[in-house]
Amino acid sequence: MNEKTLPLLPESASNLSPQIDALMMAELGFSVFFSILIFVLVTVFAIKFRRKSDYDVTPHIHGSLILELGWSLLPFAMILGFFVWGTTVYFKAYAIQPNDAMEIFVTGKQWMWKVQHPEGPREINELHVPVGRALKFTMISEDVIHSYYIPAFRLKRDVLPGRYTTMYVTPTKVGKFHLFCAEYCGTQHSGMIGTVYVQEQSDYEKWVAGGDESMSARGEALFGQYGCVTCHLPDGKGRGPSLVGVYNSNVKLQGGNLVKADDAYLRESILNPRAKVVDTYQSIMPTFQGQISEEGLLQIIAYIKSLEKEEGGQQ
Amino acid sequence: MSAGTTTHDSAPSGVNYLTNGYSLKSWLLTVDHKRIAILYLISITIFFALGGIFAAAVRLELLTPQGDMMDAETYNKMFTMHGVVMIFFFLIPSVPATLGNFLIPIMVGAKDLAFPKINLLSWYLYIIGGMFGLYVAVSGGIETGWTFYTPYSSTYSNSAVIATAMGAFVAGFSSILTGLNFIVTIHKMRAPGLTWGRLPLFVWAHYATSLIQLLGTPVVAITLVLMMLERAFRIGFFDPALGGDPVLFQHLFWFYSHPAVYIMILPGMGVISEVVTCYSKKGVFGYHFIAGSSLAIAVLGFFVWGHHMYTAGQSTYAGVVFSLITFAVAVPSAVKIFNWTATMYRGSIRVDTPMLYALGFIGLFTVGGVTGVMLATMALDLHLHDTYFVVAHFHFVMVGGMVLAFMSGLHFWWPKMTGKIYPEIWGRVSAVLVFLGFNFTFFPQFLLGYMGMPRRYHAYPEEWQVLHVMSTIGASVLMLGFVLPAIYLTWSVFKGKAAEANPWQAKGLEWNIPSPPPTENFPAPVVVNEEVYAYSHEEVKALV
Repeated sequence: MNEKTLPLLPESASNLSPQIDALMMAELGFSVFFSILIFVLVTVFAIKFRRKSDYDVTPHIHGSLILELGWSLLPFAMILGFFVWGTTVYFKAYAIQPNDAMEIFVTGKQWMWKVQHPEGPREINELHVPVGRALKFTMISEDVIHSYYIPAFRLKRDVLPGRYTTMYVTPTKVGKFHLFCAEYCGTQHSGMIGTVYVQEQSDYEKWVAGGDESMSARGEALFGQYGCVTCHLPDGKGRGPSLVGVYNSNVKLQGGNLVKADDAYLRESILNPRAKVVDTYQSIMPTFQGQISEEGLLQIIAYIKSLEKEEGGQQ
Repeated sequence: MSAGTTTHDSAPSGVNYLTNGYSLKSWLLTVDHKRIAILYLISITIFFALGGIFAAAVRLELLTPQGDMMDAETYNKMFTMHGVVMIFFFLIPSVPATLGNFLIPIMVGAKDLAFPKINLLSWYLYIIGGMFGLYVAVSGGIETGWTFYTPYSSTYSNSAVIATAMGAFVAGFSSILTGLNFIVTIHKMRAPGLTWGRLPLFVWAHYATSLIQLLGTPVVAITLVLMMLERAFRIGFFDPALGGDPVLFQHLFWFYSHPAVYIMILPGMGVISEVVTCYSKKGVFGYHFIAGSSLAIAVLGFFVWGHHMYTAGQSTYAGVVFSLITFAVAVPSAVKIFNWTATMYRGSIRVDTPMLYALGFIGLFTVGGVTGVMLATMALDLHLHDTYFVVAHFHFVMVGGMVLAFMSGLHFWWPKMTGKIYPEIWGRVSAVLVFLGFNFTFFPQFLLGYMGMPRRYHAYPEEWQVLHVMSTIGASVLMLGFVLPAIYLTWSVFKGKAAEANPWQAKGLEWNIPSPPPTENFPAPVVVNEEVYAYSHEEVKALV
């Protein structure tokens, strides 16, 4: 690949890397062209039109509308191309979810990265992923803003407290790569680093098998431990609505609005149950703010998600 | 030299603004815009030196990959205080408060600014803000980054966040009042005959800058107050644990702090317009386009703040709009570069110290501009945001652009301000050192950034050491390039050759009065009956 001939580029290890490098090279070409143009003109003028005597006579050239329009509009048209190109690639990373993306759950806290895989393994300051498989990162912070950055993937996104952020990428190369926190987060910011291991599918499967309980199994345990199970009965006859099949469905709220029961809604409903109450139910659920860790919340959401699958299978 | 303006040159032997009183009181209670400019010049030089010391500490620590010279917390304080001091106490006041203060009343043919006492108040507010800054520096420092991102600043940091924010808050009012003073002066106090189309481009640039100062600074003041309220009284605005939104802080902060970049660079562009015309001995090319592009930058600059937040969790669709407008704001900057270059065409060019700095500005600002286009591209930000690429980019604009423009203007108007000529050879030596040192310092940082080196890192992987060592060596040369002018300019005040009224055969009202000017600037009312930049003898209305 290219990186052998261009030693100043970092390793290229994701579907985004060649696209971003190509865009960068195009803009670099544009930049070098205009910079050299200006350097050469300024230097040539400074030499060719150097002052010969204090009595030199110069013409006052007031301007040229054609030149002004030319050097405004031509470069602008060129950079509009970069705008369209850049926006397309950006949407691939942040907005367009690939089919059957494998989920990775990231929790940032001062100063470590915790990762949970749905199948069970948990890791700190490391990330194991299979090569060639689309990934969906769902990320949240326990404290301040962090940013999950893998230079070899040419990808980062800020990890915020209080809200999930997501990003998508497909690793394309087996190997070990840097993982950084890119958003300043306090004293040990430069120690909030780690290693990404992109593995062959078979190696990854072996690695996953070494993990213990799945996220949804942990979530089920928490569901019992916090007493959720006493009200959210699966048959819908409890004091709270049944959560079977609720994940990603449209829920009718008091007042008639519909809301999609995605990760963000479920998290909010656990921490701030009165914000959006389901129609026909009373607002009696207590808040769990400060009682369940962000990792635990992700596990409970994974459990609720798994209920959907079982229900679908039974019907 | 044909004096197209009607002024009565008084004999330079008379009392000038420097000899009009020697007591401390005559300086500290002065309402003379020229003396206030000197007060500012001394104060910002002290802060520039302080900020430079912090930068030196950062560069020394980065010589080795391990964090071994100082602990992580100290390092974080060094880069934070470098940013806070350089931005709030040097770059923002630099050209407007010194050169602008000194020259704008003279350039419009007035005796002083519209509100001389408010001008003095501006300086005192700046000093009070600066005292907060100094207090923070000696009392343990601050380590939030100059951007004060929440909830780190409002909840987690254990350093002097409130004192620093108070400093920036108070200094902000200094900036607002200076902007107000300039706008009123430029509108109401122009001499008869000095139409808008005859205003020097330096004045146009300051007019645009003042609009931003007046409209933008109150927003950051409010934002800092909200952050301080959250920190002091746990009132939730930004911390999600208190029901706030951390990204809201970034919106409010950048709503000012991106336009603030233009507060810093526009006055520098004004300097370059004056210097390039004088040293090309030629009327400016595209006067209306250069003047108009300053206003375009001021207006468009208010709608691009979201380009700091492509990866921060703002709406992806909002990002699209911000990206498009950011590409658009590149155009007026490019227009200026092309017009300055065209002004040199068929000129009679001398490359003396101010012009050397100006040519350095054109080159480095071009690089800063094109790398800004890269960062405006959303996809490239996925990789480059918060890396050394961004650090290199804004130093090309702020140091390669603004500081070089400041040095250019300082040398250009030094004889006017002090009445003394500096040693030209040392001026050129330092200009070349600054240019070389600067490139050595910051060019490697583009490479580091593309390799993925995040900013604000105390320790880093070993493979990047070579580039960091280059950067630190460059910074040493750069520092020498700044120490030299401090020495020879100070020397020239006492030992320099006396300057004539117009040592560079420049055009403009300030060159028609003695160096240094008398307290009242003009002995008699000024009437302007000459076009601006009347350097040329032959008029060519249009090139094409």
